Amino acid sequence: MRAPSLLHIALVTAALATVPFVTGSNVVLNFLAVALVIALVGQGWNVLGGYGGQYSFGHAAFFGTGAYVSAILQVRYGLNAWLAFALGIGGGALVGAAIGALTFRSGLKGSYFALVTLAFAEVLRILASVAPITGAGVGILVTLDLRPQAFQFQSRAPFYWIILALVAISLVIVRLIEQSRFGAWLVAVRENEDAAQAVGVDTTRVKLAAMTISAAIAAAGGGFYVQYFLFIDSGIAYGPWISIEALLASIVGGIGTVFGPLLGALVVKILGELTKLVTGDAPGLDLAIYGSMLVLIVAFAPHGIAGVLADLRSRFARWASSVVERAHG
Amino acid sequence: MAEPLLHVQRVFKRFGGLLAVDDASFAVEVGRITALIGPNGAGKTTLFSLISGFLAPSEGRIFYRGADVTGLPPHLLARRGIVRTFQIVQPFAGLTVHENIAIGAHLSRRSRADALAAAANVARTVGLGDLLGCPAASLTVAGRKRLEVARALAAEPELLLLDEVLAGLNPREVAAMVPVIRALADNGITILMIEHVMQAVMSLAEHVFVLAEGRIIAEGAPQAVVGNAQVIEAYLGHGAAARLSAAGGAHV
Amino acid sequence: MLSPGILVPAILNGLLTGAIYGLVALGLTLIYGVLHIINFAHGALLTAAMFAAFFAHRLLGLDPYLAALILTPLFFALGYCLQRFVIGPAAHGEDRNILLVTLGLAVVIENLLLYAFSADTRTLNLDYAFNVVDLGVALLAVPRVMGFGAVLVVGLVLWLILSLTDTGKAIRAVAKERLGAELSGIDVGHVYAVTFGLGTACLAIAACLLIPTYYVNPHIGNAFVLIAFTIVVLGGMGSVMGALLGGLFIGVVESLCGLYLGESLGQIGIFVMFILVLLLRPRGLFGERA
Repeated sequence: MRAPSLLHIALVTAALATVPFVTGSNVVLNFLAVALVIALVGQGWNVLGGYGGQYSFGHAAFFGTGAYVSAILQVRYGLNAWLAFALGIGGGALVGAAIGALTFRSGLKGSYFALVTLAFAEVLRILASVAPITGAGVGILVTLDLRPQAFQFQSRAPFYWIILALVAISLVIVRLIEQSRFGAWLVAVRENEDAAQAVGVDTTRVKLAAMTISAAIAAAGGGFYVQYFLFIDSGIAYGPWISIEALLASIVGGIGTVFGPLLGALVVKILGELTKLVTGDAPGLDLAIYGSMLVLIVAFAPHGIAGVLADLRSRFARWASSVVERAHG
Repeated sequence: MAEPLLHVQRVFKRFGGLLAVDDASFAVEVGRITALIGPNGAGKTTLFSLISGFLAPSEGRIFYRGADVTGLPPHLLARRGIVRTFQIVQPFAGLTVHENIAIGAHLSRRSRADALAAAANVARTVGLGDLLGCPAASLTVAGRKRLEVARALAAEPELLLLDEVLAGLNPREVAAMVPVIRALADNGITILMIEHVMQAVMSLAEHVFVLAEGRIIAEGAPQAVVGNAQVIEAYLGHGAAARLSAAGGAHV
Repeated sequence: MLSPGILVPAILNGLLTGAIYGLVALGLTLIYGVLHIINFAHGALLTAAMFAAFFAHRLLGLDPYLAALILTPLFFALGYCLQRFVIGPAAHGEDRNILLVTLGLAVVIENLLLYAFSADTRTLNLDYAFNVVDLGVALLAVPRVMGFGAVLVVGLVLWLILSLTDTGKAIRAVAKERLGAELSGIDVGHVYAVTFGLGTACLAIAACLLIPTYYVNPHIGNAFVLIAFTIVVLGGMGSVMGALLGGLFIGVVESLCGLYLGESLGQIGIFVMFILVLLLRPRGLFGERA
């Protein structure tokens, strides 16, 4: 798929930004805000998994760290919410760098990498469920303080614009990566590590950098989530739900593309809502549908929706040019 | 005499109980095309992996431009100028020919545009200019071999290690590839090549080393080496040299 | 604290539990050894098997040990079909895709169970569940002793299958050298499916052995499977002996840790050990290269 330009990104962002003016419905804004959080964390996953080819099954580790660091700094240390949010991103990046350093230096790849990231996320979840600082089984409630200075707002719209801005930033970051030498190296690592090393790519360092960026983006999602819902606990922060939805969004939308996670998150979330409409609110069914989607997409459309669209576009182009040829012939 | 570009000094490589490289020492002179030949299983590719950093020697030292580079990882050696190709081609399968070569070009270029431009030039010199937009996975074996060379070339090596770059090519393809390799040497790149295709070795190499069972058993000009009785025995078995000369002269 | 009166029962109980861990790990390592995939769906399949065993008793009045006779072939067939018709085709042979497909399956199975049966924890109340075997030095629960015996039998049967039957030889051939096996005329797709089926069958047996003494809920499989992963990595990916011995070892370690450290820290301990083994020696003690 041809790389989208900054203009494309700006247009999409602008279009999405008009939503609060088109509809005052809190239901819609709520839905979109959550979808955008998934899109953000998914974009983080995409950097490491889509472009770097390292599939993490434990991105909750970074999402949750962003959320908890932000919440703890606000609630237990009285730090300004925005500062806490920024530090949450830093915390997530650090955890990413640490896990990356451990796993990549040990040469873990493929399934082993997926396994170990899963294990790290689970360790964090268990720790958070018993540690006093994270509120143990009860979790953390962020004090209600509906002022912009406290990163809280009376209405949903400002929240929506902020998460949209974060997603837009992540789109720009990924596009910049795509166009840079780092991006070329990252893709080379995905395709063939030995060949990459043979032409001078420091594959360990590239993977580590990708992991850190990926973790920071995911942590931003966590930090926003905590401001939006004002509550976090070990199951929400470090639970498998976010690890799965993030990677699903990327894969459904188009792994290794700029807009993939955004597209995928919207589709996945819409499907989730439709399911709830039909079958009610029973727990588990939405995730079961997501699991099936994963299998079906991998089986029939491995490049996700973006891939299908690109395929259609090239088929249309060929059809169009053959029509033109015949018209001239 | 000028200092050799590459100096392999008493290198051993053990894999558990197997001694793959046994006290190998040799030097590669700047600007020459040097060939490394020997029967299958002799340890040639292992030697390449040692020189290019994919494996570390169990014993011994490797010197490049006078500096001790033993045990350095592949990407650092590539930055110093040692670039290898692989016996079984390793393309970046999901990328186009152009993008493949550009990865090599990025070694010394930061900007995407510069790397792509340089890659296009390299592609033309090896005859891939028309295939830039094709996915690497769609190339024929000969095309992939060229791609492998092109990518290595784009990294601007001083010492290019070609691992059986002619294997799997038909005689016409070999004949087309040989001048490409010679042109590289003419442009100042030192080449060390593992090769089984003897006609190429004879026409390209200025100096030949013969590896058998991990040891260097002969070296010299190509003509001299292939007539060497020990070399013949390494390839064809014990007593073969005597049989051949009895049957009327060794002919390769 | 170190008195034999406390230690010996702890160790013996650890061995009994460890045998079942070993059985779960056996399925996992068999699948890895032959298909070279890490079956992320293993935990969910164990959960499904445990629910099946539970309802076999609840609805049909079947004693778990009898239920095993029905569930084992049933789950073998399930595993066979999953590999033959879902995992194999969906993955198009790419490792990365297999990862995702087994993860997807795990999510589907676990959440379907959650949707169907809710998150409640259920237990079976069997009359013999609390009978004990008195060894003088320790009192051991009858179901667990029977479980230990059953695992030994299963291990033996599996060994016999792999060494003596044609299918077993085909499995070993594919595990060793897939291409060669294919060229010799072996239907690799079928062998893969059979192996996966054997792995799932092990889960069915393990489920029936566990259900008399364990509770069941949609997440129970994960706890066991994590331990199974740890065992497999510790004992070596693809090593049957490693899985069984590793299981016994982990069982004892868990028992002793539980004695001195308590439940939650014990769980983290297993995870940490798992991570450490992956980082330091993914080959394990008996197995092949990572």
